[in-house]
Amino acid sequence: MKTVKVSLGVMAMAFAVISTSCKNNEKNSNTTIEDAATERAVPMEENRMESSNAAQTDASLTTYLELKNALVNDDQEAAAKAGEKMVGQLKTFKTENYEQNDQQELQDIIEDATEHAEHIAESPIGHQREHFDILSKDMIDLIDIVGTSQKLYQAYCPMYNNNKGAQWLSVTKEIKNPYYGSKMMDCGEVQREIN
Amino acid sequence: MKTIKIIALVFLVVLVGIQFVPTNRNQSEVVPKSDFMLVNNVPKDVQDKLKVSCYDCHSNNTEYPWYNRIQPVAWFLENHIREGKSELNFNEWGELSDRRKNSKLRSIISQIEDDEMPLDSYTFIHWDAKFSELEKKEIIKYMTQLKNSL
Repeated sequence: MKTVKVSLGVMAMAFAVISTSCKNNEKNSNTTIEDAATERAVPMEENRMESSNAAQTDASLTTYLELKNALVNDDQEAAAKAGEKMVGQLKTFKTENYEQNDQQELQDIIEDATEHAEHIAESPIGHQREHFDILSKDMIDLIDIVGTSQKLYQAYCPMYNNNKGAQWLSVTKEIKNPYYGSKMMDCGEVQREIN
Repeated sequence: MKTIKIIALVFLVVLVGIQFVPTNRNQSEVVPKSDFMLVNNVPKDVQDKLKVSCYDCHSNNTEYPWYNRIQPVAWFLENHIREGKSELNFNEWGELSDRRKNSKLRSIISQIEDDEMPLDSYTFIHWDAKFSELEKKEIIKYMTQLKNSL
């Protein structure tokens, strides 16, 4: 009897060791989000353009702005939720109405942006900000091709990423830094106005 | 006591049974032209380290340890490798656009800087996969240089 018990114990331990050693990379996977206290981005223009092209950019842009606001507020959960939403929106982005050259560039941007949004959906806030940096570049390039009906400001924080600097998009001129949040809310400057 | 016996027996049968489940081995003889080492001019020491520390899960060819013959270990490894390759496959480097390369390099650099890669569960067994401070510095330096040259 004793041997049975002992061997059972050994087996159980072996299983425990194996399963814990492989859990490392799974820990952040499903962040559950309750109510959405997310600050809404500025509502879209009343007379929204009829074109579905502009509409599909506006949808992901609105979510991008939600994400930006979440990071300004140091809110990991809201950022993760916005990231997840963005993944879905980017997946349905249609590129066939554009010229051949633009199509390829757009697919590239969307593929890249989707990956960053996926990571934002399941990462701690430090990583979310790293991915937001590249996602912002993708969004800026996307808007350069597709355009938008929104008035936007392209802002720049020279300190982020070891002083390499990072950009972001905002609907207000006032600087609210998504890379540092409450630590350094007003670090940055407006580089460019879009529309 | 009887129930313990039955449980142990069931457990044993399952454990033996799963040994017969086939696994997909991640092995390939060919190194495609798009491989990171062939597309880039990588210094020898960086090459060697990347192959030992990264290629098992981030390429099409894994050098399997003996215990990969045992289930459920093989399943865990298979899962790791699948995930690893979906994030980054060094064999397919040349197929990525500059935008994608830039993103990947950014992640490579930050993961190595923060000691998140190679995974602890991997270096726990693969001692040689660990980065020394010097190796870390060299790899980050090379990857940064590559990123800036895009």
